[in-house]
Amino acid sequence: MTAELVRGQNHPLSQVRLEIRVSAGTPVVASATLGDEHGRARGMEAVAHPGAPTLPGLEVSRQAAADHRLAVDLGAMPEAVHRVHVLLALPDGGPESFGAVAAPFVAVTSLDGTEVASYTITGLDAESAVVAVELYRRQGAWKVRAVGQGYAGGLAELFSDQGLPEPQRLAARIDEAVSQSLARAVPAPPQHAADGDRTRQTAVPAPGPDQTGASHRGSGPAAPQQPANPYGVPAPPTAPYGAQSTTAGGAPQPGIPSVDPSAATQPSAPGGPINYSHPARQTAAPPPPPPTAPPAAPGQPAQPVAGDATGWSMDERLYNQIWGMFEDLARTTAAYRSAVDFADSRMEKELDQALSDPRSRIGGQGEAARERARAKHADLVDQARAALDRDLAQLSAESDVVEPALPPAYARWDNPVWHAYRVPMEIPMALRLGDLYLPESELLRIPMLVRLPLERGLWIDAGFTEAYDESFADAHELRHRAMETAVALAARLLAVYPAGEFTVQVIDPAGSGSRALVPLVRTGVLPAPPAQGAAGVADVLTRLTRRVDLVQMAVRGGAADSLPSGLDTAEQLLIVNDFPHGFDDRAVTQLRYLADEGPAVGVHLMMVADREDAQAYGPLLDPLWRSLLRLTPLPDDHLADPWVGHAWTYEPALVPPGSEVLQQVLTLVAAARTKYM
Amino acid sequence: MTVNMTKGQAISLQKNDGGSLTAVRMGLGWQAAPRRGLFGSRTREIDLDASAVLFADKQPVDVVFFRHLVSDDGSVRHTGDNLVGGVGQGGDDEAILVDLARVPVHIDQIVFTVNSFTGQTFQEVQNAFCRLVDETNGQELARYTLAGGGAYTAQIMAKVHRAGSGWTLTALGTPANGRTFQDLMPSILPHL
Repeated sequence: MTAELVRGQNHPLSQVRLEIRVSAGTPVVASATLGDEHGRARGMEAVAHPGAPTLPGLEVSRQAAADHRLAVDLGAMPEAVHRVHVLLALPDGGPESFGAVAAPFVAVTSLDGTEVASYTITGLDAESAVVAVELYRRQGAWKVRAVGQGYAGGLAELFSDQGLPEPQRLAARIDEAVSQSLARAVPAPPQHAADGDRTRQTAVPAPGPDQTGASHRGSGPAAPQQPANPYGVPAPPTAPYGAQSTTAGGAPQPGIPSVDPSAATQPSAPGGPINYSHPARQTAAPPPPPPTAPPAAPGQPAQPVAGDATGWSMDERLYNQIWGMFEDLARTTAAYRSAVDFADSRMEKELDQALSDPRSRIGGQGEAARERARAKHADLVDQARAALDRDLAQLSAESDVVEPALPPAYARWDNPVWHAYRVPMEIPMALRLGDLYLPESELLRIPMLVRLPLERGLWIDAGFTEAYDESFADAHELRHRAMETAVALAARLLAVYPAGEFTVQVIDPAGSGSRALVPLVRTGVLPAPPAQGAAGVADVLTRLTRRVDLVQMAVRGGAADSLPSGLDTAEQLLIVNDFPHGFDDRAVTQLRYLADEGPAVGVHLMMVADREDAQAYGPLLDPLWRSLLRLTPLPDDHLADPWVGHAWTYEPALVPPGSEVLQQVLTLVAAARTKYM
Repeated sequence: MTVNMTKGQAISLQKNDGGSLTAVRMGLGWQAAPRRGLFGSRTREIDLDASAVLFADKQPVDVVFFRHLVSDDGSVRHTGDNLVGGVGQGGDDEAILVDLARVPVHIDQIVFTVNSFTGQTFQEVQNAFCRLVDETNGQELARYTLAGGGAYTAQIMAKVHRAGSGWTLTALGTPANGRTFQDLMPSILPHL
């Protein structure tokens, strides 16, 4: 329900915390002035501009950009402020006037990205500065008005019209600040975390799945950082836009996972409200700054670039790129293997022929024929290898830029992005469970990504397979490794879900997994200690079964709000160690029920088990094992790709030995969880 | 510059400037026979299928057709099965894209065939054509009209084969009978 305003039209604002999105085809400077009831600004301190970006209840960007998102909290405005003017101006060195560029577009949106009102500033000509919109108080309520008043004399003329003292000096200061931020932006290191992001993540009361990408960035709408901070969170040292100016400046850096605001439209957050707006209309609201290419954008021609795939968000683009790499590697390897197979069979045939040909038995003819066959074989294999090497080099180069650019959910534990980990605001698209590789190219690892929420349960196979060498003949050590793998994967799941939206429960009937479970138990991310003994097993399973049943009933009845208040609505992961130890027939039935019915209502299984242990059940449990995605604690080639069916070696995503990253991440998760509760 | 090819004619897929082609598309287009009688729902739809068979040293190694749309190595791709043909004059109803640079080294010939899956002979099909397009710039390199549409249900249209460092296209235009490419194998082999 967007009101598309025309010049002079106004529209009531029902919320006080808003975002003003500006999109112009060219970099513009955004500023704002706070005026009294007569529309006059009191002085320089009533102007938010790139040199002084923050005012109570208002924040603008430090730099010129084609797209801006101004955070506004009208509730935090001083009483004396009656009007807020949003100004746009063309910076030095760009186009001379707005007549030469596309009509700027301004949208007032709520924090979740829904547009309240929008206005396209048309009819500008020689003007180089314009009052875009005005937010004003009318009888205690706020309204927005489309103004579109341009000034050919630039900001100086605009400011003087608003009654500001020394308009020239102020305009000059803004120019200086803009050019400074440009200079600063280029060499900035790739930095991911924006501090504004952090405070919001922990402070927002109940981040539902409907929290969209729009509010998920450093550049996000963000509570104003000034005294009037409504969350009562200590203002972070840097304002959100401070961080943004460093990242946005070096836009093409691959190290910045970014989320497009249009991510709001993609159906990646099941369970969230359905967005009925036309996808094509979404482009009306400008995307967030990070993809903004600054004038100094260093083009990277021909080099592989992270995120070089289709998608609404960087997350999705990287996901698609990784799948593209996966398919390319599968296919190029298939080409190599089929060429080598063909060469082998041809040589065999020719050798046979040479052998069976009676003429070749005399003299050196036979030997020469064999020689020829071998040479042909070697020739073809060399060619095939060269083609494979060419493709592998290309894919490796791509992998080298993609890996560092991955967000935590897609990254290995040794990726530095985990050290800058912050509890996220929304569920990522997918999760990396480990690496996949082929024997021809062991160094080229393809991230194994599974979509979230999980569609199948996981089974960490604690049994011995032929692929393992003798050093892991020790069954106890193998079980421990399996449990460690389970913990590392569960920790990943906990970390990539927003606070309080994922709960891990553990069944460890004999306590044999306690050593591996230490990180989960000690950091306090578990709501309850691992359940032990048959009684514990029965208790946990009964509760989860009841939950599945209740949620199913609620979903079928269309009464999701009538669930009992004590019910944990977070997604549940049940880690079962030592199955079927401690399980009676009833518990096994419950487990199978959870495996079948659970994933659809957010209850997932992670079995850590050796299939041999459940031998006594005979074939009865086969469907259970088949329904789970089998993973191994040690590299094992049991996964097939969907295109050619190569056997890929899976290596689990484990924490490097001696690394503290798991503890750090889980501590943050636990802290966020406590706050959320 | 379109070459209308006749049976057996060969053209080299080298560009005029000496650079060789990297990606070609074999397009197949046709129109259904005009319907007869009152019962429109009973029009006999015609389903032609384009297939590409990849040969290494005269042995079929891989095939791309409507049930296997991408060769295992990914270099040959079928854009998908069209069951009814085009309604008007026009473009390709089915297409097979060949990334010549990525074709595995042991593949030396690729044969393109057309089959009438629904069993009509080419007498009932109008404007059936096969063409080869340079995928990098959209230029039509060669067009082969399914001339003399006789009482056949299949045609072995053309083959591309390695010649030196590049590839050459040869129009075959041999009529045959069969429902899918498997039925054509005996007719293909003499052309290799």
